[in-house]
Amino acid sequence: MPRLDSTRYTVLFAVAVSALCALLVSATAVGLRDRQQANALLYQQKNVLLAAGLAEAGAELSRAEVLAIFERRIQVRGVDLQSGALLAENRFDAKAYDQRRARNDPAMSRAAPPNDAQLARLPKLATVYVVKGADGHPEQFVLPIEGLGMWGTMYGFLAIARDGNTVRGLTFYEQKETPGLGGEIANPKWQALWVGRKAFDANWQPQLSVIKGQAGPPAQDPHRVDGLSGATITSVGVSRVVRFWLGDDGFGPTLKNLRQGAAS
Amino acid sequence: MNTATATLFGQRQRKALFDPVIDTNPIAVQVLGICSALAVTTALDKALVMSLAVVVVAGLASLAVSLLRHHIPGSIRIIVQLTIIASLVIVVDQLLKAFFYELSLELSVFVGLIITNCLVMGRAEGYAMQNPPWLSFLDGIGNGLGYGAVLMAVGFVRELTGAGTLFGRVILPLTKDGGWYEPNGLMLLAPSSLFLIGLLIWGLRSWKPELVEKD
Repeated sequence: MPRLDSTRYTVLFAVAVSALCALLVSATAVGLRDRQQANALLYQQKNVLLAAGLAEAGAELSRAEVLAIFERRIQVRGVDLQSGALLAENRFDAKAYDQRRARNDPAMSRAAPPNDAQLARLPKLATVYVVKGADGHPEQFVLPIEGLGMWGTMYGFLAIARDGNTVRGLTFYEQKETPGLGGEIANPKWQALWVGRKAFDANWQPQLSVIKGQAGPPAQDPHRVDGLSGATITSVGVSRVVRFWLGDDGFGPTLKNLRQGAAS
Repeated sequence: MNTATATLFGQRQRKALFDPVIDTNPIAVQVLGICSALAVTTALDKALVMSLAVVVVAGLASLAVSLLRHHIPGSIRIIVQLTIIASLVIVVDQLLKAFFYELSLELSVFVGLIITNCLVMGRAEGYAMQNPPWLSFLDGIGNGLGYGAVLMAVGFVRELTGAGTLFGRVILPLTKDGGWYEPNGLMLLAPSSLFLIGLLIWGLRSWKPELVEKD
């Protein structure tokens, strides 16, 4: 038995414990990775449904139910962000396309112009979830949005109706805002306040903003949403992110195309 | 010693497991682990998952520390305990992400904080370093349960009076949804749990005067 207080033993013991703990942690992380990724993807799909109003907040949907609604009502399409053109379905593999990975891949992205949402790079192609109505025609579009809040990047979905203007829903499915304050952006009650607001003014300039205090009902106060008390920076962040993605560098051109397509 | 190890669940073991639930309750008597008790008691489902996580981590951490207790060099014993606890917490967090994904999104910040929960380390340093593995394991579980009991009690009051619900189910219909109950917003803020825990400690010590420290 070596002396417990010898330097040699202490160092060896520390190395052994660290190695064992590292092994335990990495084995768990690697072993559960597939399951976690499947969960994350499912949660993302569920949030598409929530943004589109196809699932109710708080409803317990099984994997099969989410996939069934997804299959029936949603068509995943690719869009060229700069031109706003929808890609032909055979040119875009929606299942394999990972927008976040593409955004970090120099070949599939471009440096973002200076912007309020604090985005450094933009993907060339983006995913758009086209929601089909009962008649089979597109009824609304769910757009992935992202940008900086207070503590980190917020990822969410913004659903816009066929008129290219009316907000049908907003969700955030991944964010690191302060629980109870900025974290309330994940609260379905606050998200419900967005429904029915208008994204653009008469000149098609993005207008939505989160204000301090309370906004009126959508009919009287179409461009503003209640602020989150105690979370000014998060509120400002959400305004900027939403406006960025509605703007010319975001889905502006796409929405313009969709509007014209829907009108004709 | 032989009789203690021979009986798997004798008096000493029962004492190690059940004493922390009331008589030496980590929150109400030892006043450990208060910080997380403020954060996760706004809703019962969060409090329940947090309690289970602490039960698992405290039990396994005490077990591991106790198994190593004759081999840990005194000069680095605290950091060794922390390494073990931190690893277990990460494993628990990973398990939550794999099996309770949506809950893990709400809880992950707090689960990470189990690492710094004084309760877990207090039991590792104060009990598991001196006692055999099985007893230490029970002591860890017991302290986790004691912590959980307080969390559930506080969470019950906070969720019911603050939001009118229990486990998310409506119990007291709110005025804004057409019911009669005007929720007490203070109950959803952190200070309310300090008041509640204070009241709880007072109540417990009035019931069991032997818990009052002699000054």
